[in-house]
Amino acid sequence: MATGGEGSGAGALPLRSRRGRTTPSLRLTGRREAVLLAGMLAPAAVVFSAFFLVPLARLFAIGGSGAAGWSAYLSVLTNPAHLSSLVSTVLLSLAVTAVTLAIATAAGLFLERNRFPGRSLLVALLTFPLAFPGVVIGFMVIMLAGRQGLVGEVSRALTGERLVFAYSMTGLFLGYVYFSIPRVILTVMASAEKLDPRLEEAARSLGARPWQVMAHVVLPALKPAFLSAGAICFATAMGAFGTAFTLATRIEVLPMTIYTEFTLQANIATAAALSFVLGLVTWVALALARNFAGSSVAAAG
Amino acid sequence: MRSRPIAFWLQLGFTLLVCAFLIVPVCLSIMAGITANYFVGIGGGVTLRWIGEVWRLYADTIFLSLRIALACLACTLVLGVPAAYVLARRPGRIARAIEELLVMPVAVPGLATALALIVAYGGFGDFRRSWLFILVGHVLFTLPFMVRSVLAVLCSIDLRMLEEGAASLGARFHQRFFGVVLPNCRSGILAGSLMVLTLSVGEFNLTWLLHTPLTKTLPVGLADSYASLRIEIGSAYTVVFFVIIIPCLVLLQRFGATGRPRTRKAKP
Repeated sequence: MATGGEGSGAGALPLRSRRGRTTPSLRLTGRREAVLLAGMLAPAAVVFSAFFLVPLARLFAIGGSGAAGWSAYLSVLTNPAHLSSLVSTVLLSLAVTAVTLAIATAAGLFLERNRFPGRSLLVALLTFPLAFPGVVIGFMVIMLAGRQGLVGEVSRALTGERLVFAYSMTGLFLGYVYFSIPRVILTVMASAEKLDPRLEEAARSLGARPWQVMAHVVLPALKPAFLSAGAICFATAMGAFGTAFTLATRIEVLPMTIYTEFTLQANIATAAALSFVLGLVTWVALALARNFAGSSVAAAG
Repeated sequence: MRSRPIAFWLQLGFTLLVCAFLIVPVCLSIMAGITANYFVGIGGGVTLRWIGEVWRLYADTIFLSLRIALACLACTLVLGVPAAYVLARRPGRIARAIEELLVMPVAVPGLATALALIVAYGGFGDFRRSWLFILVGHVLFTLPFMVRSVLAVLCSIDLRMLEEGAASLGARFHQRFFGVVLPNCRSGILAGSLMVLTLSVGEFNLTWLLHTPLTKTLPVGLADSYASLRIEIGSAYTVVFFVIIIPCLVLLQRFGATGRPRTRKAKP
């Protein structure tokens, strides 16, 4: 997305006319103009500072104010319970990212490169759950694999035993994959649309087999999309809370740990420190991916 | 159909399977929401009883969610559109940094943002107890979507030429903004607004910590009903949520898609 401008700094320069002559355009660059522009940015800046930057700074300070002092920030590594929760959250998020990328790439590439009746309906259905909140995703998982779920019914009819895995890490995994598929498919499709078909043509004319074209031409060209979509996937799975909350409060992922520390144990300092660390991890993951792959908007659910 | 290779049918099958994974639970919950008894199945009869039950128990959460979503839209329009305009007028390092900052509430988990708000402003009792506390969280979370949506359109048009033209004809700052800039970024404002409404109505991560028993939003009520009531009521409530969110999503697919090609064209 071309969002941040091209970084040429052209904003401060006088306008260049069509003939390449430089015309002074004082109306658009003057001091008064600058003041007015600053005034238009001010409301957003004030609200954002007051309700995000200041609270975040406060959260950081509170994180270091508990019994453990500033070492609370290391507790995610030193406290065995927190560490295991961190490790399982990271592993879960990595698994979700890998599986979602594989599924969404297969489906997205297929939809982008084939035209057939019903295709647009299929795209609409696949992107439909895009804005479901985490709680609803959790309920979808319960509908599939819960105590009264479809998987349970089918498995009971087939084997006589009811298969229920919604209220566990597996259920959470299923929910996050469900949540991530729509947006990754959109990213893959948008990126595949821009591929130059001549490159594949060239590879084929040189004798490459279809899988070779896929492995050496198409997939490498989609790498930026994989990076940005993967980072969004990872960050969302790390920080999401609603799905885990709906499925079971006992699932030990970091957001649940933070929630438990905050509400049940009233351990605000630990909760603050942990959530600050969690926020840092997801923010860095997204920032890194943006640097490598160009910008993209993430949406946590 | 005419001879498609076998790979086509395999891939189609796979894609349909993925689609089923996403859509089947939605259909199941719609079914459960309107059947008399989910154990018996659809054969047991269709009823609106559960929807009525949801209305009795949770009507206020629905209205509160709609109110917060509209208020949130108003705030993001007033704060976000001018901000996007400034970022488009003065591109460069600082604009990028500001944009990066604005996107942070989306990158940082809602749980962390909510905790930060609570430790900073939880002491102000009246504010903490009112729905405005939730509104603040929603505005933080949705503002980047409005800003980026508008900014994408502003970067795709020749803003400077338009404004210079207007200015040379004597248009003042506010005349240029309302008469030239706003009409030209309509599509971005529309896409951004739909996004804001959809996200605000569905927001849970922040809202769960920010809400009080008297300020429950729809997703909070959903979590509540999933945890404590029978599956039919939870399903009926989910159906109500779908009814609210689906128009937003359909419009978003239509208008969000028309906004995108324009931004792509703008890339050098």
